[in-house]
Amino acid sequence: MKKIYTRPNALKDTHFHYCPGCGHGIINRIIAEVIDELGLRGKAICVAPAGCGMLIYNYLDIDTLESAHGRGAAVATGIKRVLPENLIFSYQGDGDLAAIGTAEGFHAANRGELITVIFVNNGVYGMTGGQMAPTTLKEQITTTTPSGRNPVNAGYPVKVCEVFSVLDGTSYLERVAVSSPANIKKTKKAIIKAFQHQLNRTGFSLVEILSPCPTNWKMSPLEAFKWIDEVMTKQFPLGVIKEVK
Amino acid sequence: MKRLMSGNAAVGEAAILSGCTCYFGYPITPQNELTEYMAKRMPESGGIFIQAESEIAAINMVLGASVAGARAMTSSSSPGISLKQEGISYLAADELPAVIVNMVRGGPGMGNISPAQSDYMQATRGGGHGDYKTIVLAPSSVQELADIVPVAFDLADMYRNPVIILGDGMLGQMMEPVEFEHIKKTKDYPKDYILTGAENRPSRMVRSLLFDTKEEEEHNWKLFRKFQRIENNEIRYETYLVEDAELVVIAYGIAARIAKGAIKRLRQESIKAGLLRPITLWPFPYKQIRELAKTINDFFVFEMSTGQMVEDVKLSLEGRGHISFYGRPGGVIPTPIEIARIISRHYYKSQKVRKS
Ligand SMILES: Cc1ncc(C[n+]2csc(CCOP(=O)(O)OP(=O)(O)O)c2C)c(N)n1
Repeated sequence: MKKIYTRPNALKDTHFHYCPGCGHGIINRIIAEVIDELGLRGKAICVAPAGCGMLIYNYLDIDTLESAHGRGAAVATGIKRVLPENLIFSYQGDGDLAAIGTAEGFHAANRGELITVIFVNNGVYGMTGGQMAPTTLKEQITTTTPSGRNPVNAGYPVKVCEVFSVLDGTSYLERVAVSSPANIKKTKKAIIKAFQHQLNRTGFSLVEILSPCPTNWKMSPLEAFKWIDEVMTKQFPLGVIKEVK
Repeated sequence: MKRLMSGNAAVGEAAILSGCTCYFGYPITPQNELTEYMAKRMPESGGIFIQAESEIAAINMVLGASVAGARAMTSSSSPGISLKQEGISYLAADELPAVIVNMVRGGPGMGNISPAQSDYMQATRGGGHGDYKTIVLAPSSVQELADIVPVAFDLADMYRNPVIILGDGMLGQMMEPVEFEHIKKTKDYPKDYILTGAENRPSRMVRSLLFDTKEEEEHNWKLFRKFQRIENNEIRYETYLVEDAELVVIAYGIAARIAKGAIKRLRQESIKAGLLRPITLWPFPYKQIRELAKTINDFFVFEMSTGQMVEDVKLSLEGRGHISFYGRPGGVIPTPIEIARIISRHYYKSQKVRKS
């Protein structure tokens, strides 16, 4: 019998701890598939964040480092400069990359560091219980915006890809979503593209992934997928934001 | 052949000779000469130099370079070292080697850009969050600053722990002739923990998050045992004219150098003063100071702060002897004459007390 679906080699044989319907598990698996398909298991090094994605090091069977909250891009810079032949990627949430780690991400991008950032945008601080993130939508209710995010007090949702796109050091920026089988396929393609930009030494690459957090959004997994497609993508349009050929 | 160099530049040259291949820094006076020296010399020697966007980024680049197996260094001065504390705590937790240079300046806050010793507590008590220690080396001349760099890298590798070189603005910026001929990387340390990609071996992870409290407790005790080993093996200090001394001055770094000048003068006045200069501030020579109290009653602590190391001297003596303290905080550099005068006044006062 032909095997058509199996656990990727780069994924450990263990259970995910993520909440039901969470996007991190899907994204972890996609990364493992890409590492297998590109034959990168011996070359890849992952920098894990502080955030729900932190435990990615329990799932990916590759070398991993856990960074302090927000410092992923700086740590990845240090690793990449020492090991220029390796594939280095940081895995970061929206709080991690777009709030506390803004400076590190922005300047790694501006230096054109040959690293890839897998940026998981779920619109909230998942790990700490669903507080407002820099990417929280206007009027969106979180535990720290109990009557909805009001830009007068709390600012506007940050479009990371668009901000990074004006930096000359960036070479591949794409926004995708893990909200449907078709979108999951596109996410995988985007990660492959970003890794190739790194391996071809074109510049800094980042894939922003709109990802469901049903627990903190107080939705069912299906409602969460629908909310990404119908609401989140209005603020965060999908597609390639920048590609340097 | 000796070269006339600033302390800052001497650290840079010594680091490269010690096998440091990565330097990450952010400008701050009075240590800019080191960042600038590395900007020029690192590319020449095939190493990596990045002017980071902040001290936070710099220390995290050091962490990344270290986890990839390189000898990595960063430097700053007081306000920047405060920002590095997060990264230093993670280095200690992850058991990663690194060398951090602090050319201390007046504080708190922005303070000023003059030499000071007010970061002693921050350096010797870990500095960041959590139960950990950093090895702290405090040289007192430009030559010693250069000599201590390979020691710092070796200790960092040997114990897999961050090491602080604690200088000050004066040591960093003054120029003295320095010999580099003997400075080199002496040995390679086993690096079975580093991340290089899991080619033909099981994957590795380096982390500090241990949700399981039992695991975290054991990790803390493991670090604690390492710190005990360091305390048992790595204490360094210098004594000067203590054999016949009636009074011992305790000072470190540039203050010890000033104190030595003062002691030379006091000896001419037939005041039997000596010096104990801790070179490792952590681990601190507690026992060695306590030992002195068997024959000496009079201890005089001099620091360019309002009194930080003096607390360690008190801990050393456990109530024995008399301790007096003289401090000049805020970036002031007293002269040997001033220190001699203060010690001499103190000496005659205590003689009078003893006689009456
Ligand atoms: C210096 C510091 N501040 C705060 C925290 C607490 N903290 C852990 S994760 C996190 C935010 C996580 O949100 P995000 O980056 O959006 O990732 P998610 O959990 O949603 O995937 C915070 C604030 C921390 N670990 N370190």
